[in-house]
Amino acid sequence: MVRGFGWAAAFPDEVWEHVFSFLAADADRNAVALVCRAWHRIERRSRRRVFVGNCYAVAPAAAVRRFPEVRAAAIKGKPHFADFNLVPTDWGGGAEAWVEAMAEGWPHLEELRLKRMVVSDDCLELIARSFKNFGVLSLVSCDGFSTAGLAAFAANCRNLRELDLHENEVEDNCLNWISHFPDSFTSLVSLNIACLEGDVNTSVLECLISRCPNLRTLRLNHAMPLEKLVSLLQRAPQLVDLGTSKFSADHHPELFFKLESTFAGFKHLKSLSGIWEAGPAYLPAIYSVCESLTSLNLCYATIQSPELLKLVSRCKNLQRLWVMDLIEDNGLIAVAASCKLLQELRVFPSDPYGVAPPISLTEHGLVAISAGCLMLHSVLYFCRQMTNAALLTIANNRPNLTCFRLCIIEPHTPDYISQEPLDAGFSAIVESCKDLRRLSLSGLLTDRVFKSIGASANRLEMLSVAFAGDSDAGLHYILSGCKNLRKLEIRDCPFGDKALLDNASKLETMRSLWMSSCSVTLGACRQLALKMPRLNVEVIDERRGRPLESWPDDFPVEKLYIYRTVAGPRSDTPPCVWTV
Amino acid sequence: MEAAASYVKDGDDLRDTELRLGLPGTEAPEKPAAPSTRGSKRALQEDGDMESRAKSRPLEVDCGEAPAAKTQIVGWPPIRSYRRNSFPPRKVEAEAEAEAAGLYVKVSMDGAPYLRKIDLKVYKGYKELREAIDNMFKCFTQGEVSRKEGCSSGSESAITYEDKDGDLMLVGDVPWEMFISSCRRLRIMKGCEVRGLRTRQYS
Repeated sequence: MVRGFGWAAAFPDEVWEHVFSFLAADADRNAVALVCRAWHRIERRSRRRVFVGNCYAVAPAAAVRRFPEVRAAAIKGKPHFADFNLVPTDWGGGAEAWVEAMAEGWPHLEELRLKRMVVSDDCLELIARSFKNFGVLSLVSCDGFSTAGLAAFAANCRNLRELDLHENEVEDNCLNWISHFPDSFTSLVSLNIACLEGDVNTSVLECLISRCPNLRTLRLNHAMPLEKLVSLLQRAPQLVDLGTSKFSADHHPELFFKLESTFAGFKHLKSLSGIWEAGPAYLPAIYSVCESLTSLNLCYATIQSPELLKLVSRCKNLQRLWVMDLIEDNGLIAVAASCKLLQELRVFPSDPYGVAPPISLTEHGLVAISAGCLMLHSVLYFCRQMTNAALLTIANNRPNLTCFRLCIIEPHTPDYISQEPLDAGFSAIVESCKDLRRLSLSGLLTDRVFKSIGASANRLEMLSVAFAGDSDAGLHYILSGCKNLRKLEIRDCPFGDKALLDNASKLETMRSLWMSSCSVTLGACRQLALKMPRLNVEVIDERRGRPLESWPDDFPVEKLYIYRTVAGPRSDTPPCVWTV
Repeated sequence: MEAAASYVKDGDDLRDTELRLGLPGTEAPEKPAAPSTRGSKRALQEDGDMESRAKSRPLEVDCGEAPAAKTQIVGWPPIRSYRRNSFPPRKVEAEAEAEAAGLYVKVSMDGAPYLRKIDLKVYKGYKELREAIDNMFKCFTQGEVSRKEGCSSGSESAITYEDKDGDLMLVGDVPWEMFISSCRRLRIMKGCEVRGLRTRQYS
């Protein structure tokens, strides 16, 4: 009989390592690490990819020490609501601590992906200098750096393959940063500079593109004029993913023909984006690639419905479509008829503050899509009206939805026909779509919808709630149900202390909870922090009055961010944040 | 030309009769910090913005002249801030936009080590804009920039802007409302580049 777990020694470590390499999910590798000491040791030594969903959940040095052979890391910082200016700009999420620890402990790091973090120019330079084989840098929704930092990065990163700058706030202080890539640099595969505001020197970029034969992805920024774009693109007919610059100019037939033939030359193009300010004159130049496109992002294109319709009807193989609500219901009906392989749809508001005459995008468009696109699983939809009946139809049509984010622009909007709350509609969604992982609610909603969500949304991982609910019961339903909930973000709801305290232990099973403009008091936060030492309870108050200790228990908390952590309270809180 | 902004003179008087929370004599709360403001790099800018905002108050709905603006809820609808600012607004048939969200544009001065950002909605006209810019870049200019012409007595400089087509234009030619809807960034040009530009008086 084998004593204890001695069977682990029956095979050499390399064999177990090879077995573990088939486990893609971190959760599975975590489970393996709990079986015995030997497996814990083998697993941690062989883990190559690390994902840190909250940069404050663990100390950088601890993470680096536990997994010494990491080659790829992804780290997220600020809460999601930072995207909508609800989080103070100095809240935190600085990348230095992580980059410094990684420079020390992971010299072989090849990939780094940061989201919603504050990255300084020094950080960028440190990244370029510290990792000999560094190949992939992805910065999404970050800020704190400038084009001077990018210049330093370009100059020092010898083997860079991917530079992905997505929706960052980048200070423009170095005009020719692209020229800092050395002449010997030829390894570029993917370059995304769409978020940069400044001009980019076209001839330098052309040179770069010409000497990088493996370039597959090129996403330019808005600034480049159309004529220059054409000559640039002629150097890279092998592109698979293209983000154009401005797509409008005074009409020149010659320019149009050049543009058209350039696009005709793209034999491998699958993904198209950019197309800022597209005019009807130049849009038809794209027609030749439509058939092969699987991803089309038109959310910056102020194209009206008729032109949009003509364009998307040709995209028979489209899997992902991001578009402005200018497409209108008619356009979406055409999409439903033509794009049978559609999996993801996002419709953004062209006029979020309602100053222009309203356009004809209603619930009908979404219903048509749900009926016509059988593979649809991910939806983000901004509109101004909705009915329970429409939501029920969508739920019945598409039980395979995994992500449903509906934003009815005016808060508290009821079913516009029955004037009822939209409880029934959203309940239908969670009851029908058993694999729903992400849900955003809007419109007039009572506690009833939360009862349904708590009971039915068993796979739900992320829930966003705004201007909804009647009482604490709403929050209680969520926290006492939703077995797999990881992230909960709530604003402007009448949820308070009782639900929070009654479900304190639930919070340790989640990554984070954000509550702003709700009815939570400081006293409850204090109690919660006392009860749950492995939670950081951060109270955010930007009025910067007296320190937290002096406020009474019934002090209303404006913004609250709670997250589980093994690192204890963080040391970099700004003046407006207190860890209770 | 600046009809929509002509109530400026009366603005100060009306303020006394406004219904407001807070004791008389206290200022209304400032607008939330610019989304573009970064923690450590921008400390100087924050103070500058506060100053200019105190001088020229944001569009006040109570004045009764502008069409009633919807009260802006912070962070709603949930769209990314850069999408709000950098994306050109839809062509609107209706009159002046009642939007209360800020319209931040970068201001660069040739030779200055860093740029600034200002909210164009805060200013009522070219005069106020010029004053605010003078204030902001005071530390970098040698001589006073004259208000009338585009050039100063000491070194020549002119305020130019990049419009939505990407062209470099001289500030002051078009009506104020048209200017703020098409201005993407401002640039204070100095030296020999300025001599090529025609200087004009502007209201």
